[in-house]
Amino acid sequence: MTISRRQLLVLLPAAAAAWDFVLAGTPEAAPNYNSADHWWGMLLDITKCIGCGSCVRACAMENDVPDGYFRTWVERYHVTDFQIENPTVDSPDGGKEGFPPSEFTSGKNFFVPKFCNHCVDSPCTQVCPVGATFHTADGVVLVDQNYCVGCRYCIQACPYGCRYFHPTKHVADKCTLCYHRIVKGLTTACCESCPTGARQLADLKNPNDPIHAFLKTHSVQVLKPHLATGAKNFYNSLDGSVR
Amino acid sequence: MEGFMYPNEVELQWSVLIVLYPFLTGLVAGAFILASLERVFRVEEVKPTYRLALLTALAFLIVAPMPLQLHLGHPERSLEMYLTPHRTSAMAMFGFVYLWYLMAVLLMEIWLDYRKDIVIFSQTTSGLKRLFYRVLTLGSNNISPGSLHVDDRVGWVITLIGIPSAFMLHGYVGFIFGSVKANPWWSTPLMPVVFLFSAMVSGIALVMLVYMVTSALRKVPIDMRCLDTIAKYLFYTFIIDFTLEMLDLIHRIYEADESFRSLDFMMHTKLFVSQIVLQIFLGTLTPLVLLATTQLFHLSVAVRRRLYVFSGLCTLVGIFAMRWNVVIGGQLFSKSFLGYTTYKVGFVAREGLGPAILLLILPFIILYVLIKLLPPWYEPLPTPSSASAAD
Amino acid sequence: MVPLKDIAHLLRMAAVFLVGLILFLFLRSAFIPKSFGRYGHFRGDAIAEITARPIAYAGHQTCEGCHPEEADTKSKGVHAYVNCESCHGPLAKHADDPASVTPKLPDVATLCFRCHSENIAKPQGFPQVNANEHSGGQLCNTCHQPHSPAITQGAKK
Repeated sequence: MTISRRQLLVLLPAAAAAWDFVLAGTPEAAPNYNSADHWWGMLLDITKCIGCGSCVRACAMENDVPDGYFRTWVERYHVTDFQIENPTVDSPDGGKEGFPPSEFTSGKNFFVPKFCNHCVDSPCTQVCPVGATFHTADGVVLVDQNYCVGCRYCIQACPYGCRYFHPTKHVADKCTLCYHRIVKGLTTACCESCPTGARQLADLKNPNDPIHAFLKTHSVQVLKPHLATGAKNFYNSLDGSVR
Repeated sequence: MEGFMYPNEVELQWSVLIVLYPFLTGLVAGAFILASLERVFRVEEVKPTYRLALLTALAFLIVAPMPLQLHLGHPERSLEMYLTPHRTSAMAMFGFVYLWYLMAVLLMEIWLDYRKDIVIFSQTTSGLKRLFYRVLTLGSNNISPGSLHVDDRVGWVITLIGIPSAFMLHGYVGFIFGSVKANPWWSTPLMPVVFLFSAMVSGIALVMLVYMVTSALRKVPIDMRCLDTIAKYLFYTFIIDFTLEMLDLIHRIYEADESFRSLDFMMHTKLFVSQIVLQIFLGTLTPLVLLATTQLFHLSVAVRRRLYVFSGLCTLVGIFAMRWNVVIGGQLFSKSFLGYTTYKVGFVAREGLGPAILLLILPFIILYVLIKLLPPWYEPLPTPSSASAAD
Repeated sequence: MVPLKDIAHLLRMAAVFLVGLILFLFLRSAFIPKSFGRYGHFRGDAIAEITARPIAYAGHQTCEGCHPEEADTKSKGVHAYVNCESCHGPLAKHADDPASVTPKLPDVATLCFRCHSENIAKPQGFPQVNANEHSGGQLCNTCHQPHSPAITQGAKK
């Protein structure tokens, strides 16, 4: 088979790009990744979230999340004046198609994106009877779908409601922090598609990560701090009404 | 769904089968405690029910893992709980508690108590039954007074170990729920204790009813001294159980933490029938009052028997309702405390009411078989003929 | 002292338990996955299985590698930080083999409004409009070029 030079000029870069993605599918494809050098978390900026649902859609497409189940979702809050113990919250289809106009015309209203907090002291890994859900050395909580027996104890133990029972695989499932992406230097699908930068992946072990400067100069909270889960999703400007 | 729930919370994870499981293990623990009353605490009035209680415990213990297997997403992987148990998981550790209790306590105790019967049956029956008994003898035909005395001593030790083992068996189930800090309906140090005492109540009530039913079927008179004693212990245990549940309730109402409004609303609406009507009124207050009357007043045998039957049935319904309220109730409200969902249970489904009902009937079938193989009635044993004794 | 013959049956039972224990130990060595416990109380191979998942979103750097013009236009406008696939959807397959996958243009009517439809919960400074009031129902790209949405001539707010 003879290839002309012109054809080669087109074929070679395409082949190189293609090869990258072939490699991306093999376990050895992250040979330069040392998990001990990383400690993953995420920064969520409530002042920037517009409730567009791009993150929910992107996550579903990147990770084949079944319809009606959510690895991430967005909640819309309405707080009337000082009633922070009684917010009105909605999350139509997890916010996947954005939000319809609100019934409210006043008060404090905002969006809160939620997903697995990859807790350091996660109650979910504590209760797994077989070791199917676990922590990686870089701080990500994962589920071994080929080992999970489907007892659903972890789903009960998660205070944040971020786990679900996969309807066809019959195992527990949840956000993996796009582990298959982050070990290759990419960001998570949700962060990639967030148009406002409300979601930003953070490597807490990287001294140059912008999160360190941000944490120093902003008021941040984690969800349900009284449960001491060691959550690593840091929310900027999180209101006290947020459940 | 009403109000707001985290999107993944709308569907319940633990079904009626998971309600059934603590109910069944509770009956096991309770039946065993009743048996140990005679064996360890020398309450010899209940001796007529000793073997029956053990067989009842065994029948229910055999069925207990079945709802779990039906519930698992991958039951074919369930052996993993024994191969790679995660030591921080109460569920994993429970697998070993179950195995210990089945093997080292219940089966051993039954074997030791029945060994003489087994050896004699191995010599007086024929065919498949004979083979069954011969296997159970483990090839030893020694039923001399010396060996039986050894059995008795060892059996006493096993029963003694068996009491905390039975407490662990069911206390662990309570801990599986009580240690989940994410769920305020479950998370309380009282949970294992409440589970345990309600287990004892249900187990004692069950053995009491089984004794009455089998006596009626066999057309033999009921030993009223035995029955009255069982009812007395049922009453005392019930008082403790009721006190514990009231303590939990009063504590919740008084402290009124962030979950209280949501849980209180749930109890008065979604759980009204199962908690207030079935568990509290029909399942606890009614039997308590009826049993109290039998303890305080001198009633005729016929009246007492009727009250015991009715109290026993109400108790079983009430304790089942209690398991329902804990398991299902704990999943009906949102962890955001802003909403509720409903439990849709099918009938002909893997985790539906159909299998649940079958699993409730199965232990009685097993008990029937056990009673036929190992009669618990303390009737005289057949005398082996000299020809077969030489086997 | 108890004669041996009187405890022989107990010794036989103990033997049964011993056999059971040996069987259990055998099951452990036969069935526990070899990689279990390598990194912690889980199957070590699981990490490789998880990282082997195919990638759906190529990431904006990859897009910009082949589409520098669009990247340049975008970087000068207010959509500078809106990544390509945020609107165009996951396109790793297209980056992998451009000829085999032709990206479908996003549906303007749905796409733009997910971000820009008026909603009281959106941050105050964020550009949001009521569709009918703003354009009388005309599609957004009638006036706005998505890669650089600012209207330079005759702009009305």
